[in-house]
Amino acid sequence: MKALCWHGANDVRVDNVPDPKILNRRDAILKITSTAICGSDLHLYNGFIPSMQSGDIMGHEFMGEIVELGSAVKNFSIGDRVVVPFTIACGNCFSCNRNLWSLCDNSNPNAFMAEALYGYSAAGLFGYSHIFGGYAGGQAEYVRVPFADTGLLKIPDELTDEQVLFLTDIFPTGYMAAENCNIKPGDTVAVWGCGPVGQFAIKSAYLLGAERVIAIDRVPERLKMAKEQSGAEVINYEEIDPGEALKEMTGGRGPDSCIDAVGLEAHGTGLDSLYDQAKQSVRLETDRPTALRQILVACGKGGTVSIPGVYGGVIDKLPIGAAFNKGLTLKMGQTHVHNYLRPLLEHIQKGDIDPSYVITHRMKLDDAPKGYEIFKHKKQDCIKIVLTP
Amino acid sequence: METEISKINQPEQTQESLSDHERWASIIGGSAMVLMGLQQRSLRGVLTAIAGGSLAYHGATADKSLTDKVADAVGINKSIKVEKTVTINKSAAELYEYWHNFENLPTFMKHVRSVQVIDMRRSHWVANAPMGQTVEWDADIINDQPNQLIAWASIEGASVDNSGFVRFTPAPDDRGTEVKVVMEYDMPGGMVTAAIAKLFGEEPEQQIGDELRRFKQLMETGEIATTEGQPRG
Ligand SMILES: NC(=O)c1ccc[n+]([C@@H]2O[C@H](COP(=O)([O-])OP(=O)(O)OC[C@H]3O[C@@H](n4cnc5c(N)ncnc54)[C@H](O)[C@@H]3O)[C@@H](O)[C@H]2O)c1
Ligand SMILES: [Zn+2]
Ligand SMILES: [Zn+2]
Repeated sequence: MKALCWHGANDVRVDNVPDPKILNRRDAILKITSTAICGSDLHLYNGFIPSMQSGDIMGHEFMGEIVELGSAVKNFSIGDRVVVPFTIACGNCFSCNRNLWSLCDNSNPNAFMAEALYGYSAAGLFGYSHIFGGYAGGQAEYVRVPFADTGLLKIPDELTDEQVLFLTDIFPTGYMAAENCNIKPGDTVAVWGCGPVGQFAIKSAYLLGAERVIAIDRVPERLKMAKEQSGAEVINYEEIDPGEALKEMTGGRGPDSCIDAVGLEAHGTGLDSLYDQAKQSVRLETDRPTALRQILVACGKGGTVSIPGVYGGVIDKLPIGAAFNKGLTLKMGQTHVHNYLRPLLEHIQKGDIDPSYVITHRMKLDDAPKGYEIFKHKKQDCIKIVLTP
Repeated sequence: METEISKINQPEQTQESLSDHERWASIIGGSAMVLMGLQQRSLRGVLTAIAGGSLAYHGATADKSLTDKVADAVGINKSIKVEKTVTINKSAAELYEYWHNFENLPTFMKHVRSVQVIDMRRSHWVANAPMGQTVEWDADIINDQPNQLIAWASIEGASVDNSGFVRFTPAPDDRGTEVKVVMEYDMPGGMVTAAIAKLFGEEPEQQIGDELRRFKQLMETGEIATTEGQPRG
């Protein structure tokens, strides 16, 4: 089959590779019908996530048709059209039982690697390096899905791929980011980053009752989308300091909560000093927390900071004093996608939201390498790319 | 830290005043950190001492061969001692039952190729050594407390001197069962040393931790999470 494979930083290629096969009784094999490129993939593309190996298949946002089932999967049939959460979860462990699906105890075969870095291992992820399990991703013609009986969501025929594809990750991610803000009537939510995750965080903050949402980025078309699609007020951080602007816009109180939808490759005031020791011992590049630093200072007293943006390692000069002295609450983590599949599918079915509005580019899997370049450099006003095999 | 092992670890006189029953009870009742209490003593010594006179074992007091003495002198005669604990979302009874059939162990213990149960007490173990080699030994169950503890030790003269126990303790509230494995492999020096040293690869702690994790996966999900056999990562 054809698959988009990582060969090094800024080097991805469509290779011919053997088809995946069932390895465990709870597995399924899907024939991919649609798959997307995520901001998280850019962290791999840019070489910021360690433990990738040349030839690894990328992609964690995908859906398709079941073509093969392991003997223990009884609740799905061949031919079912399904979406797949990017977090792999067993449904049986203590974490899964508490709905902390992205923290599943049992889905990472390389848990020892994650333990060395993080003390304990979270769930395995599709196409997201060997620390997170080394599972082949779904930017391919076929993919193997472990614990298929627990993760898959069957999609009604009347919905198109584009309407439901983002249930795999970015819609739930934006939604959980907003939910973590614990929004109360009258609240102002500030969202750093207007990529796809930021866009859904903005939409979801309104769905959850925010009075105002203020979106921060520097890319004009992304700010425009936040304004036109969701009704957000916008700040271009290259034109004005977001901290000061937010203070003025909120009557001097500051936002009630802030969302970091930027993550470890924030653009901005440049890299701070590198932690050579950390790099040596865990071979991690230092994360760039420019947005997070701004957020901790800009957030109002008693506020909540919600971090869907991915961090992998060690960060420098985090103004923890700002967080401490304002009594901030910090919430973060990979999304517990399984929790949101059904409720968000309902929102889509009722017409509250059509997530396909973030799509700017539709391409063939063969052109994925070009897609990565376009998405990375935000060429052609690119916001979200959907690939079809 | 006043642990049960530090009790066991006291001078001979006090040790003799403890009954075997009390000693086992203290292991089963269990502190959090077993090996820390052991300090320099061998696990085997402790386990077999408290197993009482019913079994004669080739202990630390026996005469050492010349190679062993040389190995001692250059400091390579080190035993592998590992202690790992995992919490499993199943009852102690279910976990004990699966483990008690030693023939199940190779399912999740990568370093063990096969175990053949000979009788209620004795089993024959075959482990994978580097370069397609195997090492074999016989072991006896030296204590068996249903749903609580299984302790074993290789028999006298076995080529691989090892001992260990697995303990099942209910975790608080709805958190399942805490499963603790404590194992010791003694390096005898001489021929098999290199093979045993490599039994667990470079990181015995990690290997045994992984084996315990696979046990958890198997018990909780019915399978062991893997990517082995997928054409590409
Ligand atoms: N938590 C999860 O489970 C989860 C899931 C999906 C994605 N993510 C992460 O969310 C983040 C965003 O994903 P995306 O797909 O929207 O990526 P993206 O790269 O398309 O968007 C990031 C946006 O942040 C903007 N930005 C950069 N620096 C900024 C700064 N200093 N201040 C304000 N904005 C800034 C960029 O211009 C860009 O528009 C990534 O880190 C991604 O890995 C997390
Ligand atoms: Zn994603
Ligand atoms: Zn789980």
